[in-house]
Amino acid sequence: MDGVHDMGGMDGFGKVEVEQNEPPFHHPWEGRVLAMQRAMGYAGAWHIDHSRFAQEKLPPLSYLGSSYYQRWMLAMESNVTERGFATPDELKAGHASTPGKALPRKLTLDVVGAGMCRSSFYRQQQGPQKFKPGDRVRTTNIHPATHTRLPRYARDKVGVVEFCHGCHMFPDSVATDRGDSPQWLYTVVFDGHELWGPDADPTLKISIDAFEPYLEGA
Amino acid sequence: MAGHDHDHDHHHDHDHGSELSETQLRVRALETVLTEKGYIDPTALDAIVEAYETKIGPRNGAVVVARAWTDPTFKKALLADATKAVASMGHMSRVGDHLVAVENTPNRHNMIVCTLCSCYPWEVLGLPPVWYKSAPYRSRAVKDPRGVLNDFGVTLPKDTEVRVWDSTAETRFIVLPMRPAGTEGWSEEKLADLVTRDSMIGTGMPLKPSEVK
Repeated sequence: MDGVHDMGGMDGFGKVEVEQNEPPFHHPWEGRVLAMQRAMGYAGAWHIDHSRFAQEKLPPLSYLGSSYYQRWMLAMESNVTERGFATPDELKAGHASTPGKALPRKLTLDVVGAGMCRSSFYRQQQGPQKFKPGDRVRTTNIHPATHTRLPRYARDKVGVVEFCHGCHMFPDSVATDRGDSPQWLYTVVFDGHELWGPDADPTLKISIDAFEPYLEGA
Repeated sequence: MAGHDHDHDHHHDHDHGSELSETQLRVRALETVLTEKGYIDPTALDAIVEAYETKIGPRNGAVVVARAWTDPTFKKALLADATKAVASMGHMSRVGDHLVAVENTPNRHNMIVCTLCSCYPWEVLGLPPVWYKSAPYRSRAVKDPRGVLNDFGVTLPKDTEVRVWDSTAETRFIVLPMRPAGTEGWSEEKLADLVTRDSMIGTGMPLKPSEVK
């Protein structure tokens, strides 16, 4: 979706401010949010792309006005209630009034190590790989109202395939509950001029990782 | 910071004072409800928080970089398949699939960003810093990386190629910075002390020998 989360190339956000000796968490609740997210992911409650999509759907002022872990919390509340894991009334009351739904598994102390390891996103290939390194490609000009990982600044642009990462689950499909729909994934590199016009830094090259449906031959 | 010696039968009181923020209350409500529903186990959450606070940080990545600086065979393996190469080091918890190492050279400087959210190689660098997840970095890194580097006090030669990797899928990138001059014969451990987090994101350079004790 064309939301405020898709920030690549926007102006006006100012300088990058670096905090020296930054702690892992600024408030204890941030760690709880992160850990709950890991635990619910391990349990199979929802996928990482559901979390991303839930953040993208936050009202723009809320997205920009919330801290990072506040956004995670808001997204988690949406996934919990919209996917039927608890009701808004239960969250408001701070207690469960009915038992939970069955989930595939639970992150308990004995499996924390496994729960913290990223899972693989490789999936069985569904068809032949269309592009190979060195191929010129044009990204599609798409503007879905739902989750996509093709950023706005890199749509309808010509680049070169640099690498194929194999076949991966497709976020655009996963986030909208249409299954893994595995797709070939490529690193595609663009000249700065192609993305930002004649005034771009001539030494700049930018790459994205693009799923095959985002690409056509050029 | 405060330890996690809270009592799960009662709400914990981590922060000073008695006034709880709305966010704290909402997070507590979530944790209580999800626990009562049987979806999560608070002791497992404690362990996750502790791991991120004490075990998983940029030292993991620094050790990988130092090994690549001293062992050409490992460097080759790292650039070919970083997940496999890092796993071969053994002492680190398993790194998920899809880790890619990109090499800085005299002609090319690499920088990592996630313009759409906050994708970051957590297993080798720990939690991303706030600036990495912030709008200024995410918006400018792909358009004006040299300007961003200025914010970090880094100036590159005019003709160095700047390559920005936008982490738009589940691939995760780590920069292999150039080994600083004057470190011939150094041990891996000593070299790892030069490898900063930012040098592995591409917003900084490794420390010089004169910058460490």
